[in-house]
Amino acid sequence: MSFRHRNLPRYPLLSAPVPAGFPSPATDFTEESLSLDEHLIEHEEATFFVRVTGHSMTGFGIHDGDLLVVDRAHPPADRQVVIAVIDGAFTVKQVCRIPDGVLLRSHGSGKGDILVSDEQELAVWGVVRWAIHRV
Amino acid sequence: MSVALVDGNNFYVSCERIFDPTLEQRPVVVLSNNDGCAVSRSNEAKALGVRMGAPWFQMRDLARKHGIVALSSNYALYADISRRMMAVLAQFSPNQEIYSIDECFLGMDGFGRHDLAEYGQQIRRRVGQWTGIPVCVGYGATKTLAKLANHVAKKGLAGTDGVCDFGRMSAGDRSSLFSQIAVGEIWGVGPQLTQQLTARGIGTVEALRRADPKVLRREFSVTMERIIAELNGDSCVDLEDATSAKQQILSSRSFGQYVSDLASLEEAVASYVAIAAAKLRQQGSIAGRVQVFIRTSPFRQDLPQYAQAVTIPLPTPSDDTLLLTRAARWGLRRIYRAGYEYQKAGVMLMNLLPAEIRQQDMFYVARNSDALMTVMDRINGIWGRGTLRSAAEGITRAWGMKRKRMSPRWTTRWAEVPRVRCLP
Repeated sequence: MSFRHRNLPRYPLLSAPVPAGFPSPATDFTEESLSLDEHLIEHEEATFFVRVTGHSMTGFGIHDGDLLVVDRAHPPADRQVVIAVIDGAFTVKQVCRIPDGVLLRSHGSGKGDILVSDEQELAVWGVVRWAIHRV
Repeated sequence: MSVALVDGNNFYVSCERIFDPTLEQRPVVVLSNNDGCAVSRSNEAKALGVRMGAPWFQMRDLARKHGIVALSSNYALYADISRRMMAVLAQFSPNQEIYSIDECFLGMDGFGRHDLAEYGQQIRRRVGQWTGIPVCVGYGATKTLAKLANHVAKKGLAGTDGVCDFGRMSAGDRSSLFSQIAVGEIWGVGPQLTQQLTARGIGTVEALRRADPKVLRREFSVTMERIIAELNGDSCVDLEDATSAKQQILSSRSFGQYVSDLASLEEAVASYVAIAAAKLRQQGSIAGRVQVFIRTSPFRQDLPQYAQAVTIPLPTPSDDTLLLTRAARWGLRRIYRAGYEYQKAGVMLMNLLPAEIRQQDMFYVARNSDALMTVMDRINGIWGRGTLRSAAEGITRAWGMKRKRMSPRWTTRWAEVPRVRCLP
């Protein structure tokens, strides 16, 4: 038998307050408040936050200074925005499968796109699920 | 019984590599408190001959020659990655015993229909993908065998590829494998026992497995008899429930530099109490006794040596940092002797009880400190440990740890989350 209950508030034995007024009619209908964690995080163990610097991903709605929610458990799919490792550095790119290999795109203009050939190793560190932008 | 032992490879180094890809393929070591000794080594560093526990100052030449990267221990990072790794591993079995920061046992009873080797590869893939930590998996009929299987998997012996299942080996294959493994690799056989066993002609795992348990019990201890039984597949050590609360909580550190004055020791002890008491409240316990100990460095025999401990019973069991601090300081003043260069101090909270069964003492009115402690834990949870602390912990902390080469706390501080550039 266990007497321990995690995370329960502890009250002193002798001085618990005794409510005396009319009981709230809403008590039977209380629900958990909305949680941003629940909304933004699918795999808690695999989710990491990173901060963006630079402007080249604006076309994807990712701005300088934004906080990105990155999920390493999410399988990377075509045309997804990911954190990739290129030459030992992290970068944010969109991965696109093309006939010659994989194209890492910055945004629509084609400037700064990187073609990864079959011989090169592309490491996708995680999939970007959300960009949190201060308005 | 069937059990798996999953262990992170070179765990601290692997944690560092998650957020710094330039460390891949390079020799990396993580140093102990105060940047003293190598406590985790990448495979490249091991290949260069860096030994476990090697003092950093002795490695400097080797490091310069081969470009070894040395980092200070980043405990905040390792603890967070460990928590994630353990949570992923818990998805693979209903029974998990977290054994240390980087290893856990998983109960595998009832998994008979699974191909355990394939299941192990699945574990490796998921932990690797989700957390970035490479792991090895060992299966055996007992915890001791699972530990040994993990060692085999880690060394890549017997053609294993990160996973080793003793259950799938024939008795003959197992015997010949055990004949190649030194007895010192067995869980619970330390350097001293290894020496004694080897002197008796028991140098390998196989030799110990075949030894007479009754004879060795007389010569060594009941623990040795248990080890032999476990090597033969008779389980003597059950999985412990991971959620069971700790019976003692220890917090101790070596100082950045030797400390000789009482005031600095008091600050250090107060801050160890704060760490231990926060853990105590987290697991919902209260402590009945506080032990304090101090000692000089055993490696400096040229200096006068002193070591002493004292245990203080509390008037009523408590989880109040301020009360525990007062008890610890009272004890410290009783064991403190001037004229010594102290190198380490520590605090142990003992006689732990669930907080729910706290008794009121008729003659001792405890301050109602629950609200204060809750606020303290919440503030320190948000802004980092030590943000709100008792004045007893001190302001300057000259005795603190030296961690000159520490990486950022990537996952536990907003100001330190990784920055990712979008290239043009």
